[in-house]
Amino acid sequence: MTAEINSYLLVGAVLFICGVICMATKRNGIGVLMGVELVLNGANVNFVAFSKFSRLGLDGQIFSLFVIVLAAAEAAVALAIALNFYNNHLTIDVDRANKLKG
Amino acid sequence: MAGDTVLFTVFALLTCLSAVAVVVSQTVVRMAFWLIISLGSTAALFFLADADFVGAAQLLIYVGGTLVLLVFGVMLTASGPYHKIATSPGETIVAGLIGLMFLFMVMSTVSSVSWTGPGGDVSAESAGHGKDGHEETSGHAGDLSAAVQQSQSDVAKKNPAGNTLRPIGMALLGLRPDVDLGKPAGNMSPGYLLPFEIASVHLLVVLIGAAYLARAKRSKDSVI
Repeated sequence: MTAEINSYLLVGAVLFICGVICMATKRNGIGVLMGVELVLNGANVNFVAFSKFSRLGLDGQIFSLFVIVLAAAEAAVALAIALNFYNNHLTIDVDRANKLKG
Repeated sequence: MAGDTVLFTVFALLTCLSAVAVVVSQTVVRMAFWLIISLGSTAALFFLADADFVGAAQLLIYVGGTLVLLVFGVMLTASGPYHKIATSPGETIVAGLIGLMFLFMVMSTVSSVSWTGPGGDVSAESAGHGKDGHEETSGHAGDLSAAVQQSQSDVAKKNPAGNTLRPIGMALLGLRPDVDLGKPAGNMSPGYLLPFEIASVHLLVVLIGAAYLARAKRSKDSVI
């Protein structure tokens, strides 16, 4: 299998699906955050693949740089929220975060 | 290009299988480990796709920053007491053997590069007298800069498509020579200066917000 664009897109798709399943099924809050990282990585692989194989050129790589930076920022804030939740409730189980239930 | 295909297949399989392992793992620490493997192989895929700077940034920021942060979060929110963590002697021996093999591979790669020959970064005179006074090194500065320039052009010749550092740097400052050269004047494409500044302010806000959110509180029940 030569390294054509469909191979890169397949890798990106697998990463995205794994991230979505991780976000949907994990009970640990940190596990959900890991799913978010996987989703963003799948999108990055897509961007870089199109940057290499199509006329997108440098724009795909610059956009993936911005995605990396913003994903790091979002992971920091989400982790701060998770630590706050743990300090208040002594659990990181997302199923126990139901105080705002209507 | 068969070597490239083999490398791509290896790293693509590694990425996908570790991503599946992240989903399947039962404990969150193992999920973090498989996520490190997955993100590292994604960086290798970026290097194979001629995106050198993005691959390096992925290793630095994702593996070296975000994942360390996630592991901190895992350790700080652990539920239940830790079991005694000790490495069995069998695992120590296997780890030592793998470390020795890796060291051998790295040293054989490093020693096969000609540092003082043409295109090398180290000029033969300053390699021997590295620590003698500044007069000698300033005299060799001309040789060093010529050698550095030649080595940079050699690198650019070996993988011209992956040398994206300078175009990315200029695009983030608002100049697009890869798109604009050869076009009529007055029709310049905007660079990425505005998103760059927005991302900088965003990072500052995130830093302050996260530091405030996760500060040490005086008592567990206080709201501020």
